[in-house]
Amino acid sequence: MTVALSGKEIASQIEEKFPGSIEESGKDSLVVKVDSLLPVAAFLKDTETLKFDYLNYITAVDYFSYFEVIYQLTSLEHNHTVIIKTRCYGRENPEVPSVIGLWQGADFQEREIYDLMGISFEGHPNMKRIFLWEGFQGHPLRKDYL
Amino acid sequence: MVTTEMMTLKTEPFILNFGPVHPSTHGVYRMRATLDGEVVIDIEPVVGYLHRGIEKLAEERTYTGFIPLTDRLDYISPMSNNLAYCLAVEKLAGIKVPERAEYIRVIMAELQRIANHCIAVGSFLNDCGAFFTPFLYLFREREKIYDLFEMVCGQRVTYNYMRIGGVSQDIPDEFLPALQKFTAKLPGFLEEFDFFLKQNEILLARAKGVGILTKETAINCSISGPVARASGVKQDLRKADPYSIYDRFEFDIPVGEAGDCYDRYRVRIEEMRQSLRIIEQAMPDIPSGPVRADVPHLVRPPAGEAYAHIEAPKGELGFYLVSDNSIAPYRCHVRPTSLINLTALREMVRGWKVADLIIIFGSIDITMGEIDR
Repeated sequence: MTVALSGKEIASQIEEKFPGSIEESGKDSLVVKVDSLLPVAAFLKDTETLKFDYLNYITAVDYFSYFEVIYQLTSLEHNHTVIIKTRCYGRENPEVPSVIGLWQGADFQEREIYDLMGISFEGHPNMKRIFLWEGFQGHPLRKDYL
Repeated sequence: MVTTEMMTLKTEPFILNFGPVHPSTHGVYRMRATLDGEVVIDIEPVVGYLHRGIEKLAEERTYTGFIPLTDRLDYISPMSNNLAYCLAVEKLAGIKVPERAEYIRVIMAELQRIANHCIAVGSFLNDCGAFFTPFLYLFREREKIYDLFEMVCGQRVTYNYMRIGGVSQDIPDEFLPALQKFTAKLPGFLEEFDFFLKQNEILLARAKGVGILTKETAINCSISGPVARASGVKQDLRKADPYSIYDRFEFDIPVGEAGDCYDRYRVRIEEMRQSLRIIEQAMPDIPSGPVRADVPHLVRPPAGEAYAHIEAPKGELGFYLVSDNSIAPYRCHVRPTSLINLTALREMVRGWKVADLIIIFGSIDITMGEIDR
């Protein structure tokens, strides 16, 4: 059975290494500040005891006051998993650093989120729409689209 | 007089479009391939021709009302989609499924895996040049599975069979004898089929050593399912994170070594045998009782979020649901197996010839309904 690691426990480990990088932590997940997402993600991937080498999925949710980007990571070796999130406040040009350098599986998923939710991923080599055509107005999965 | 200067011809790469309507692309998929003569330098996938906005549509439907739309994601294996979605809602709302329904679900999901691999292997062999002969033999077996599905839910393609808390109706009396007849005959067929193909010189020449995906790349690109297992990633969610009642059955995880097209073919054939094993273990143990928990028609899960995933025939299929305690999901995200499995395609085809590009692509086994959603 894949063990879902407690967000609080992981958060305390991260806080030790990167003070002030955690926004919130709960039972199932933790919220990382946008500007420290990349170092935290690299820490989660490279630490021997955690070793999150597999990115299950990335998705995003529009909560009106902020956008939340969700990453679920799994370690195939230790068979444990964690959900990390990050938040973008403000609806104009939200931006999150791309994790494609760590997990290449993020490639199409980040493009999909950009296309449908309008969050751009800084550092992605090919940040353009994937399903809809260039020139399409708006981002359909945003709650104020329809 | 011919000089050396005249003999060295000037070459330049050119771009060739495959699809969106092309027999080798298995749906409305388009590849912009940059070629140097016959050698592939780079490809760029172009998708979205089948985009229907299913994730957005989910936000305007009730939890139960979304089930028929899940059939239209991976339309080669709708039962698996039904199951993954129902598991996510059940996790979100804390619903317990009756025993009998769990057994029926497992049988359906495994039959679906066999049906899916029939198409995956058949169309892969088509791409290899074994034009429609093995494909139609596999279709004959798949047809029998479709007859079984028709028996339980009246549909042949989009089943809409599973419900939140169980399945829509109990299996009819004639189902189990018919299933028994099917499972008794399939191993013989697989044996014969595999006998003709696994040592086939043409298949070996075309598929062995072609389109190698290394274990490291597979993990880094989030590849799952038979494609990952053929590369030596021993990951199967039925074992690693057992859902439903999979922890009660004995089966092996077939794993490849080389990670080439041939290994992907072998893994799929072996997976069909393992699915049969699971069905044979489940059949005699089906308990009697209700097939659906007492769930109201309008499910209102408490506010929160849940992700449930299953080992679908193509890989990890998951649903991420966010509830705001209303009758419709606030957000419904599908983890698209086929789309993510295509991430590594670029690395797999680079340096191979155009004819190899077709079979490497065919060996991944994708459905456009799931990629575009």
